[in-house]
Amino acid sequence: MGLFDTLLGRTKPVAANLDALFALPSAAVTLQTAGGLVSTGHAGLSWKPPAGQTAEDLEHEIGQLLAVNDAGSPATTTSGSSGDPALGAFTHTTDAFGFHWLLLDDPDVADLVTRVHMANTTLTEAGWGPQLLCSMFGFGPSADAAADTKSFFLVYLYKRGTFYPFAPTGKEHRDNELELRVQALLGKDLPVEPDLSRWFPLWDSPVR
Amino acid sequence: MTRARNVPADRGLSIRIFITGLLLVILYGGFIAVLWAIGLQFAFIIVIAAALLFAQYWFSDKIALWSMHGRLVTPEEAPELHGIVDRLCALADMPKPRVAIADTDMPNAFATGRSPKAAVVCATSGLLRRLDEAEVEAVLAHELSHVAHRDVAVMTIASTLGVAAGLTTRMMLYAGLFGGLGGRGGGRGGNNNSGGQIVLIEMAIMLVSIVVYAISFLLTRALSRYRELAADRSGAILIGRPSVLAAALVKVTGEMSRIPTRDLRKAEAFNAFFFTPALTQGKGGISISALFSTHPTLERRLAQLAELEAQLGHTA
Repeated sequence: MGLFDTLLGRTKPVAANLDALFALPSAAVTLQTAGGLVSTGHAGLSWKPPAGQTAEDLEHEIGQLLAVNDAGSPATTTSGSSGDPALGAFTHTTDAFGFHWLLLDDPDVADLVTRVHMANTTLTEAGWGPQLLCSMFGFGPSADAAADTKSFFLVYLYKRGTFYPFAPTGKEHRDNELELRVQALLGKDLPVEPDLSRWFPLWDSPVR
Repeated sequence: MTRARNVPADRGLSIRIFITGLLLVILYGGFIAVLWAIGLQFAFIIVIAAALLFAQYWFSDKIALWSMHGRLVTPEEAPELHGIVDRLCALADMPKPRVAIADTDMPNAFATGRSPKAAVVCATSGLLRRLDEAEVEAVLAHELSHVAHRDVAVMTIASTLGVAAGLTTRMMLYAGLFGGLGGRGGGRGGNNNSGGQIVLIEMAIMLVSIVVYAISFLLTRALSRYRELAADRSGAILIGRPSVLAAALVKVTGEMSRIPTRDLRKAEAFNAFFFTPALTQGKGGISISALFSTHPTLERRLAQLAELEAQLGHTA
């Protein structure tokens, strides 16, 4: 914030940074080889919807866009297997904090990122970039990994353009050791959020 | 200066803040006058005054928490409140302030702290009990906007300027009059004659400096009201729904006026504040309370939010 903003008491809405998202596929490879974690193929995008009809219209538009993309590219024929076919393989839900989640899935991480990016771009172009909170990518233990790891997520913070790891272990507990290990692992592949106080937990997230 | 930021203007608290503020100014003025009277160096007095204001600024978070009986809570103690603050901070890209809860039945919230990094956001248990999650979020968005706007720093500087203006007026007048008197007097002969004059002059100086204090005080209050509107605006834009903040404001005000009928024991405890609504009923002209208030009227705030709602709906 500049001096004038302070003097005049105003804040500019922070635009979302969408670019760093594309670093995820290479990080997913590192996670699998060094961390024993593979993508579950699920991702969620969280945003604070404006009042009124706008939110539904926009989400409908995103659904159509994704459906067109699925039909057009033969590489992603496996996607669209779940969810309402009219919505093009994405479901949406509202969490306890009033944030909307668009849930997307695609077994291929690169395609998953592309799909999330398409949804992001639609929202940003409609002027709702400042309302984007985070997107969340689900990971689970690979077949040969130790069984003690349960669920693991990489969360992308739009306003920071950074990722952070989130490993919930039951009710309101998180595996900080795993999170810090992943931070060390992915330091080169991903912009990991350096400020630990911004690694906020998403306990009730609908992403698997 | 520590400012309790209530949502919305809660008159009992506003009166308390007003009296506190007035007393503070009088205290500064009186304290410095005494120091000067006992013959301390001018520079030394300035240093002391600056140190006091700086302490108020530096310890604003502790002073406010102490006076509101707020206690800091961990994410385990208040997961929902922390969850809301986490999300709002991620949306606004600001560092997360500490979170506190004050065990009072009055629905209220405030933010304080010298910088966004040292900030504390505090909600009362009454607020958390009465408002639903979306409304609590709206109120916290308003408070976080205060943090982002650095309102504690701005208001401290503003009130410092006010006090400084009053002081300087006084010093200048003293220096001018007594300097002139000393130069003209020369001998001690005219002492009997000018004794009464000196008293008169002193009274005039007092009067002028009091007027300057009062004006700066009113200006500070006006500034505070505008910054409340600014925080309403930024908060509403942050959550994207001005109407939710408006609903929270209405709800809190409604609850405030309902308190006396709802619980007699509560009414007893807050009796001291109930004289204010009767004073502020008058609608004609600018009421005194509107001038002294740190917060704009509910009507003013709701009108701004309604306008914002229309604008946001239009651009979408």
